Amino acid sequence: MISNLSQNRLLLQGNEALVEGALAAGCRFFAGYPITPASEIGEILSVRLPQIDGTFIQMEDEIAGMGAVIGASLAGVKSMTATSGPGFSLMQENIGFACVSEVPCVVVNVMRGGASTGLPTHPAQGDVMQARWGTHGDHPIIVLAVSTVLDCFEITVRAFNLSEKYRVPVIVLSDEMVAHTRETVTLPSLDEIEVIDRISPSVPPDWYVPYKDNSRGVPPMAAFGQGYRYHVTGLVHNTHGFPTQRPDEIKAFTNRLFRKITQGFHEIQMTRSFMVEDAELTVIAYGSVARSARRAVIEAREQGIKAGLLQLITLFPFPRHTVESVLRQSRAVLVPEMNMGQISREVKRVNQGISHVEKYNRIDGRLITPDEICLSLRKL
Amino acid sequence: MSKDMAKLIHKYLRHDKKFPHVWCPGCGNGIILGALIRAIDRLGLEKDEIVLASGIGCSGRMPVYVDFNTLHTTHGRALTFATGIKLANPSLTVITIMGDGDATAIGGNHFIHAARRNLNLTSIIINNQIYGMTGGQHSPTTPYGCFTATSSYGHIEHAFSIAELAVTAGAPFVARCTVYHAKMLDELIEKAVRKRGFSVVEVISNCHVQFGRRNEMGDPVTMMKWFRDHAVTVENSSKMTSESMEDKFTIGILTDVEKPIYTQEYDKIRRKAKM
Ligand SMILES: Cc1ncc(C[n+]2csc(CCOP(=O)(O)OP(=O)(O)O)c2C)c(N)n1
Ligand code: SF4
Repeated sequence: MISNLSQNRLLLQGNEALVEGALAAGCRFFAGYPITPASEIGEILSVRLPQIDGTFIQMEDEIAGMGAVIGASLAGVKSMTATSGPGFSLMQENIGFACVSEVPCVVVNVMRGGASTGLPTHPAQGDVMQARWGTHGDHPIIVLAVSTVLDCFEITVRAFNLSEKYRVPVIVLSDEMVAHTRETVTLPSLDEIEVIDRISPSVPPDWYVPYKDNSRGVPPMAAFGQGYRYHVTGLVHNTHGFPTQRPDEIKAFTNRLFRKITQGFHEIQMTRSFMVEDAELTVIAYGSVARSARRAVIEAREQGIKAGLLQLITLFPFPRHTVESVLRQSRAVLVPEMNMGQISREVKRVNQGISHVEKYNRIDGRLITPDEICLSLRKL
Repeated sequence: MSKDMAKLIHKYLRHDKKFPHVWCPGCGNGIILGALIRAIDRLGLEKDEIVLASGIGCSGRMPVYVDFNTLHTTHGRALTFATGIKLANPSLTVITIMGDGDATAIGGNHFIHAARRNLNLTSIIINNQIYGMTGGQHSPTTPYGCFTATSSYGHIEHAFSIAELAVTAGAPFVARCTVYHAKMLDELIEKAVRKRGFSVVEVISNCHVQFGRRNEMGDPVTMMKWFRDHAVTVENSSKMTSESMEDKFTIGILTDVEKPIYTQEYDKIRRKAKM
């Protein structure tokens, strides 16, 4: 299937490329509930997964979709779901469960406009903070943003790899514009793609301590039915997986959840720099806005402005070191977003007076154009 | 304690790790746990092949005590996790344990859809007619007129009948029992696990602490007597008039029919997809 496809140049929609990425990464289970603009992902997987002995199931709602995804992953199968704002809200409690019980899975949120039912067929970036903090309590999570059809393939593969390696849910933020735009792409062939699988325990079952710390902070994971009987719970648990109320065990547990991500920070954080070497004015953007920003930087350069672009792929953990170095070299930084200003807050948090940070926001369901960004740069 | 039971405890419970348990003395949950491990033992299943998944509540604490693959999910969602596990590895025997609030309030949607969908799962529902864990608020099975922490003036809503709900939603095997009828209970659980398809066992149980105390049945024995006097077997109920059945409920197998199983149907889809 994909190996045939991948030799070709293909005209694909973002959602289609995302499916190819998921399958290439080894995803064999999808559970979800239809919602625009994410529906194509489930629809295509309902055709593709049974062809390769995988499973697609349409559940009764997104809460159920997320539960089934965690269940399948616990039984050893790479799993994902895809949704948009309203469904993403419903998934939050179970996403927290996956964080706390450290079950790898990928959740795609094809963002649409507005709060509540919002603007179903218009793009937006309003769910950025929800992706980081949507489920209650302190928890680690990884959030990635895609900006092109090729990203939809490559970053989805990365999402699965990070999820498996760190035993953490990975949220892929797409938007209506990336999801539905068709672009010609050449997908890498399967042997060019690095695929990472979770590490299984190598000790005999009697020695298995399912949540025991190690140098990476990521314990090996046994699948249900593999002979390692253990307990999985959303309650704070000790190294044996059993609920605990002991302050020392609670602290050790929570600290390890955060430490595993901090230790992997350099691998997890992904950014793209475009003409930043000598930039005096830098745009920090992600998702479909990064495309307009790239064009704007070219136009600005033509007008004699030394502009550059730092594109964020990883939104959380926030790539603060890269952002900080850009802040240090730039006279001013512009953060255009299709929301009221969510990542600009993070940039300001890192800034601490180093540079001047300006935001530019659109929330009317329309894209931010290169001209608008260019104009904003000129005003800086 | 009989020697046999001691053996079962040793074999199936995490006796050295997880006890004492959190349940109140005399809680019906212990009887159900006993019935479950007796049924599993008779079925001769390997512990490695069994998944016991629960939601949240006093009932939800059961998995932690047994030496299977155990999963304590979110409130009401046990069946959704179980669905993913079963689809990912159909060779596993997947059993869910839920409370009445868990299964029919917050998880009601999943419950009816699981019954309709017909995966080969077993659902044991502990119906104590109250929210035990959170301190005795009314549940979808609290009878009309009863007193709870959130119906101090008497409950004005009408109760679900869980087993009948499961039948209507399409579950091919549905049984009801009480913790007073403990021997019948392990037989029903055994049959339910053996059944190929979605099977439901509703167990009427005593929460004398949160339900009984507020409704003139403050100890387990009084509640047990109530179960004894109000439960009628399916066979006997057919010989009774509807008036004499009015304050009674039936126990036994309510339905046992054949229906195509989801995973078998999905295998057909896989074959079609590959053509
Ligand atoms: C989403 C959510 N809402 C509320 C709760 C609080 N809560 C915990 S158990 C429970 C009710 C338990 O009642 P039931 O399901 O009947 O089980 P029992 O405790 O009686 O066994 C509630 C409301 C929760 N854990 N999660
Ligand atoms: S509160 Fe009720 S259901 Fe919970 S353990 Fe006590 S008696 Fe059992």
